[in-house]
Amino acid sequence: MYDVAIIGAGICGASAAYFLAQRKLKICVIEKENDVAMGTTKANSAIVHAGYDPKPGTLMARFNVRGAALIKELAAKLSVPYQQIGSLVLAFDDADLKLIHKLYERGVQNGVPGLQILSAEETLAKEPNLNPTVQGSLYAPTAGIVAPWELCIALCEVAAQNGCEFKLDSEVTAIENRQDHFVITTVNEKIEAKYIVNAAGVFADKICAMAGECDFTIHPSKGQYYLLDKNQGDLVRHVVFQCPTALGKGVLVSPTVEGNLIVGPNAELDNQRDDVATTRAGLDYVAATAAKTTTKINYRENVRNFSGLRAVSDKDDFIIGPAAFSPRFINVAGIKSPGLTAAPAIGEYVAELLENSGLKAEKKESYIDIRKHIVFNRLTAEEKKKLIKENPAYGNVICRCNTVTEGEILQALRSPLPPRTLDGVKRRAGTGMGRCQGGFCSPRVHEIISRELGIPFEAVELDRKGSRIVIRDMNKEDRNV
Amino acid sequence: MKEFICTVCPRGCHLKVDENTLAVTGNSCARGVEYGRNEAVNPMRTLTSTIAIEGGIHRRLPVRTDRPIPKSKIFECMEIIHQCKEKSPVKAGQVIVENIAGTGANLIATRNM
Amino acid sequence: MFEYDLAVIGGGPAGLAAALSAYENGIQKIVILERDVELGGILNQCIHNGFGLHRFGEELTGPEYAQRFIDRLKDTAITVMLGTMVLELTSDKTITCVNKTEGLFTISAKAVILAMGCRERNRGPIGMPGDRGSGIFSAGCAQRYINIDGYMVGSRVVILGSGDIGLIMARRMTLEGAKVLAVAEIMPHSNGLNRNIVQCLNDFGIPLYLSHTVTEVVGRSRLEKVVISQVDSNFKPIPGTEKEFECDTLLLSVGLIPENELSRKAGVPIDPRTNGAVVYDDMQTETDGIFACGNVLHVHDLVDFVSAESEKAGRNAAEYIKNGCKPTDKTGAVVIQNGNGVSYTVPQKAVLSRVEKGLEIFFRVRQKSEKSVIEVKNNDRVIAAFKRDFLAPGEMEKITIPKKLLEGCEGTITVSVGGAK
Repeated sequence: MYDVAIIGAGICGASAAYFLAQRKLKICVIEKENDVAMGTTKANSAIVHAGYDPKPGTLMARFNVRGAALIKELAAKLSVPYQQIGSLVLAFDDADLKLIHKLYERGVQNGVPGLQILSAEETLAKEPNLNPTVQGSLYAPTAGIVAPWELCIALCEVAAQNGCEFKLDSEVTAIENRQDHFVITTVNEKIEAKYIVNAAGVFADKICAMAGECDFTIHPSKGQYYLLDKNQGDLVRHVVFQCPTALGKGVLVSPTVEGNLIVGPNAELDNQRDDVATTRAGLDYVAATAAKTTTKINYRENVRNFSGLRAVSDKDDFIIGPAAFSPRFINVAGIKSPGLTAAPAIGEYVAELLENSGLKAEKKESYIDIRKHIVFNRLTAEEKKKLIKENPAYGNVICRCNTVTEGEILQALRSPLPPRTLDGVKRRAGTGMGRCQGGFCSPRVHEIISRELGIPFEAVELDRKGSRIVIRDMNKEDRNV
Repeated sequence: MKEFICTVCPRGCHLKVDENTLAVTGNSCARGVEYGRNEAVNPMRTLTSTIAIEGGIHRRLPVRTDRPIPKSKIFECMEIIHQCKEKSPVKAGQVIVENIAGTGANLIATRNM
Repeated sequence: MFEYDLAVIGGGPAGLAAALSAYENGIQKIVILERDVELGGILNQCIHNGFGLHRFGEELTGPEYAQRFIDRLKDTAITVMLGTMVLELTSDKTITCVNKTEGLFTISAKAVILAMGCRERNRGPIGMPGDRGSGIFSAGCAQRYINIDGYMVGSRVVILGSGDIGLIMARRMTLEGAKVLAVAEIMPHSNGLNRNIVQCLNDFGIPLYLSHTVTEVVGRSRLEKVVISQVDSNFKPIPGTEKEFECDTLLLSVGLIPENELSRKAGVPIDPRTNGAVVYDDMQTETDGIFACGNVLHVHDLVDFVSAESEKAGRNAAEYIKNGCKPTDKTGAVVIQNGNGVSYTVPQKAVLSRVEKGLEIFFRVRQKSEKSVIEVKNNDRVIAAFKRDFLAPGEMEKITIPKKLLEGCEGTITVSVGGAK
């Protein structure tokens, strides 16, 4: 019997696991995919929002501002790439100027530090590549950028080290609410838990409805992106937004922590829950809209397109709290933007909610709350020399675009939550993320995964279940395909 | 009249071959005449592939026929190639299969491994 | 810190030929820096024949062609460092490398030859929308899996791009039992060599759809379906022309890009037409003592030309070193430009006073044409003309302008196709 079962290993589930695992509790995370961070967490704008956008008094406002501060702290502790580069919301006409003043007021009410309204000249001085017709901007120095999947993975790894169990490839098919506990049926087993945290992202309403009556619905909104090569990464130095509309914060242009340039997203309402395909129309809309911000993006330097689903619900605010049918079932649902920023604060709050619902647990006498993570490329020459001397695998460069070494791949494969797929390694070590998108290093990473984890070469998958890369070992005589 | 693109050199002359007289037109050199005639009568190809190898730096050893074989024999040769297995070391030029599929050509290794 | 007269970055066909040529021209202390576990570069996975016709008068396979050069290394004092990745090159020719045995180390060289080759374009730059499941490979990546690692990548295949690697892989996959359903090419002509169209597609009845591109990719886990559509003259898909193929594999053969990240960081000026360095007639870049050759300079279709070009780079690097590494006198250098119908030239500049017999210029044309004249002008004066029966963008052209026709030339030399717009 677990004290708490967290359903969903995205950034919210991971944050809850991280904080709960510091307490004297038996907990597990149940995830339907073969890795953590497989949903919205791996496909979003990767922005730490300052917090001027949500309406004052909402959960969104509260957790955004708290979350922005927490991410900064966690990123440092967990060796997760994070940069506080600040953001700009651009105004192009009088209506926009009115709006950025309104956002400024909201930000002040929400407790966002350091906000400033900038003139056109001040804006262009900060960002010379912007469209020169810009009239002014709202500057938020506390906004930043982060590697969202790395943050999620780091939180999960530390939670695992503190005793949290991870049940991957475990889609939940039924939940039975007994008097003092739940019985969760997955495709693999039955799991008993006193409390459930429902952090199932775009499936949160489905999970909630398995346990009782669900009073919200999720309507995933798809957003599509361009990710451009590092030679485009210094086109802007801040997260640059246009004015928000009813549809959301609109198309942004921003550097990423890896030094690429991200452009997107659009918003396609009421999308299917498993459809993350990009479309010509969606990408063209993103490029056309971004042209208002700057016309200097060279889309021939595009390295990757992707899309993600926002877990938009039929409510205006995040849905965080006990379900109507049971105080032991905590919903963490409808976590749309600024969900990534808010997640650590939500995780902290979930522990509080569980306590209110009767789950009292002290902190463990000792627990881990830091993570060491070597990134060869970020080391000094002396550190690199020392590292290779200790472990020659760090002298073997596998991904040549991003200079990722065999040592870093092994670090990922020997971590508390070892990935089993090429993309799992990619999210941890950065292989295949560069210009050639794995064209060169895929077979080499593939071989290392197979060797290190003892998985037959032909069984190694690219990403989600069913994504085998090769179909047959040509050296085996059975040639029936 | 049969039409072919000559592949003797990268120029790629568009050849026309009279099936009766075997007269070739459209060529730029004498080798084109020979190519055109052969394509019309008995097209030949050098077959290249790989076979399984144990103990080498890689798992596959590249091989080829040491002379062109009839185009019609390609898949028959591939069946034989699929059954081949060598142990390292192998020398470039080493014969893997003699007179493969009765073509008169030997299958040879194309690198040291 | 290691010191060498010449450091060659890359041990593929370009690096091998350049190093050997420099050695034969009297340079002793040479190092080849190769990131892979063996020399030969991409030739090792190019197991098909057709290499060496110009150079050796024989049809060799890639490994055989490489072996001819590798064998010659034995009789030299050239140092080869395998498994060695160059992390940085500076304009003063200091190279930072990493490998498992030496760790992180630097090499100081009197001259450097860039021979890093190229990489494949992938899905990103062509903006192909759709799902992101497995089964989508660059053609070279699939070639590696099949020819080196020995794993078949798929059973029903669509290939986008009719470049040589795509065509070669169509045959290779077919021989290994896969069904190649279609090759789609966005241009109205193939960029592949004719012999590959004939021997890789026509021989096996594989259809080539010209003026077509992939417009939809379906399959969240593994690829399930690819849709191709015809494109108009602006390369925009024409609605209603969709053709669907149920397949598990999509190979991309959509072009090669010279791998010049090191060159850029060293401040070597790059020509946006070739994506390679700007070079003079001696293959030297604008940065003194740094030479470039092979696919890192411009993408070749025949390795024979790579070898010849690289030998020239090696020879000139040797001269540079033997002359005490004096900066080249570039006063009066002419600029070589691509005129009508020509997309680029290599070299881009030339010091005519040192040209011995003639000035070799490599270039590509923009369109197919027959019975054409290649015109060379100095400013507005025609100085030479070369007849060609057949020109195609997929086949690199070469002209040699005799020295006597270059007399009195200054300013700009323009290479164009007569009558082209």
